[in-house]
Amino acid sequence: MSVLVVAEHDNQTLKPSSLNAIQAATQLAGPVHLLLVGSGLAAMAASAASILGVDKILVADSPIYLHQLAEDVASLVVSLASGYKYLLAPATSHGKNVLPRAAALLDVQPISDVIAIESADTFKRLIYAGSLVATVRSADAIKVLTVRTTAFDLAPASGGNASVEALSAGTASGLSSFVSEVLAANDRPELTAARVVVSGGRGLQNGENFSLLYTLADKLGAAVGASRAAVDAGFVPNDMQVGQTGKIVAPDLYIAVGISGAVQHLAGMKDSKVIVAINKDPDAPIFQVADYGLVADLFEVIPALTQAL
Amino acid sequence: MKILVPIKRVVDYNVKVRPNAAGTEADIAAAKMAMNPFCEIAVEEAVRLVERGLATEVVVVSVGSSKAQEQLRAAMALGADRGILVETDAQLEPLAVAKLLRALVDKEQPQLVILGKQSIDGDNNQTGQMLAALMGWPQGTFASAVTVDSGQVAVTREIDGGLQTLALNLPAVVTTDLRLNEPRYASLPNIMKAKKKPLDIIPVADLGVDITPRVSTLSVALPPERAGGVKVASVAELVDKLKNHAKVIP
Ligand SMILES: Cc1cc2nc3c(=O)[nH]c(=O)nc-3n(C[C@H](O)[C@H](O)[C@H](O)COP(=O)(O)OP(=O)(O)OC[C@H]3O[C@@H](n4cnc5c(N)ncnc54)[C@H](O)[C@@H]3O)c2cc1C
Ligand SMILES: Nc1ncnc2c1ncn2[C@@H]1O[C@H](COP(=O)(O)O)[C@@H](O)[C@H]1O
Repeated sequence: MSVLVVAEHDNQTLKPSSLNAIQAATQLAGPVHLLLVGSGLAAMAASAASILGVDKILVADSPIYLHQLAEDVASLVVSLASGYKYLLAPATSHGKNVLPRAAALLDVQPISDVIAIESADTFKRLIYAGSLVATVRSADAIKVLTVRTTAFDLAPASGGNASVEALSAGTASGLSSFVSEVLAANDRPELTAARVVVSGGRGLQNGENFSLLYTLADKLGAAVGASRAAVDAGFVPNDMQVGQTGKIVAPDLYIAVGISGAVQHLAGMKDSKVIVAINKDPDAPIFQVADYGLVADLFEVIPALTQAL
Repeated sequence: MKILVPIKRVVDYNVKVRPNAAGTEADIAAAKMAMNPFCEIAVEEAVRLVERGLATEVVVVSVGSSKAQEQLRAAMALGADRGILVETDAQLEPLAVAKLLRALVDKEQPQLVILGKQSIDGDNNQTGQMLAALMGWPQGTFASAVTVDSGQVAVTREIDGGLQTLALNLPAVVTTDLRLNEPRYASLPNIMKAKKKPLDIIPVADLGVDITPRVSTLSVALPPERAGGVKVASVAELVDKLKNHAKVIP
């Protein structure tokens, strides 16, 4: 019995989150298979074959999978499931979209956002915006898990030698179709994979002021994130939101600027190694989790910090 | 077009939740309760579709204890037409909730079901996807815009890299993200009116669904606390700490 990991990718490159999920998979018993569903995957499949810990790559390469629609990916996963004891995906917007759908078709209660694998059937996950850790045990014959990427290391991209097997495509459900996509053009590191993250909140006052953070981030080779308040106010796009209902990050250094530190924000960043908070309110809750707090006006301090680096 | 909106009664998002003394579950007996924020957004969206003439009726449903009638009334005060409580004192998993909702969808025959993307107690983010699967319907999750047009619903989704728009054949399932709308406040007259709207109570057993849990919670605990840090007095001191103590910048 083995583990099937549903990869996250954009048809060209495998996302780092796939490597976190593979690393989690290697903590479970049995060979690890990596499923690539998409269109035009030959190059990616070839390079994925050297990921350490993967025994076999299954490739479902067809134009019907170009946009990885949930209906079609889930039914493909279901058609493969009988050979596996575990189905895993990273707990990203793609994994969360697809795996619960597959689980329902398999009559399985999935477990979201796993942060630790305790045993073959027992897992830890966070509830109530990270306020509590629950240890849960699944009685289902197949365990369906999404795993929190920050809780597992990246599987090494080289050193492995997986076999590659082509799957025949299913038929498109025709229930949904792709219309368009607006992907944030970004030459900074990806938020969830960056070593340093600089995040801004309502204290930034508007979108233009975020340029202060971009300049600082470029100096540090950092990604830029935001609080929900900054996204809701339209300062920055939604994919920058860090928190309970946004992205989960755990960089070496997280710098929170003009962010109060609501529990929903902390849920997305409090596992960072070192946290810096810059806020003019000495009582802001963000200071309770910050290793280094600076009570100051961000408009004075951020340019000075950028200069000092 | 009828819209079904499942709503969940949860601990208010401002409450700091702690484990019970036995460490077996969250201690929420005395906590302030509210409608799950994502469900409020779902109700608001459904009501707006009616106001724009794109839908005719909004039915809200909650699976839970008799106290969930409060949240159903709150949803009706926002503009939903009637409510259904599937009554149970059991804590149900998303799979069981999705199966109960399937039974209701079979009865009510809505063209659109709008759920929240996530309940803020269990943080599961599963029920909508699972209901869509059980119905064999398309799903538009994490919606930040919804438009209904000639037998289809176009859903703009918040995804990790940006925004994606899909067209779903009706009937369909949509789950709401935070940017879909800003729910209105219920006016006093609407709160009064909501008290007179129909609210059916169905005992969970009447739906003939197996709700036996598959996942058991062995323990619930506080996560490890971060050790408190220090305040620095200046940018220079901060840079020194980061370089020489934490060693996180070169
Ligand atoms: C269902 C739900 C889900 C949520 N999910 C998330 C989530 O995923 N992520 C998230 O972040 N939030 C989330 N929230 C929102 C969260 O509760 C807070 O409202 C939000 O995080 C506040 O953002 P903020 O800290 O930027 O704004 P505020 O709380 O308004 O704080 C702004 C801070 O900036 C400081 N400031 C102002 N001016 C300056 C200045 N010149 N210099 C220095 N400091 C300054 C102020 O002192 C203040 O502390 C969610 C809420 C709900 C209900
Ligand atoms: N007990 C319930 N009663 C009604 N709706 C529910 C219930 N549980 C979950 N839902 C719906 O499913 C959404 C997602 O919940 P979850 O999958 O638990 O994160 C919620 O926002 C609700 O719309």
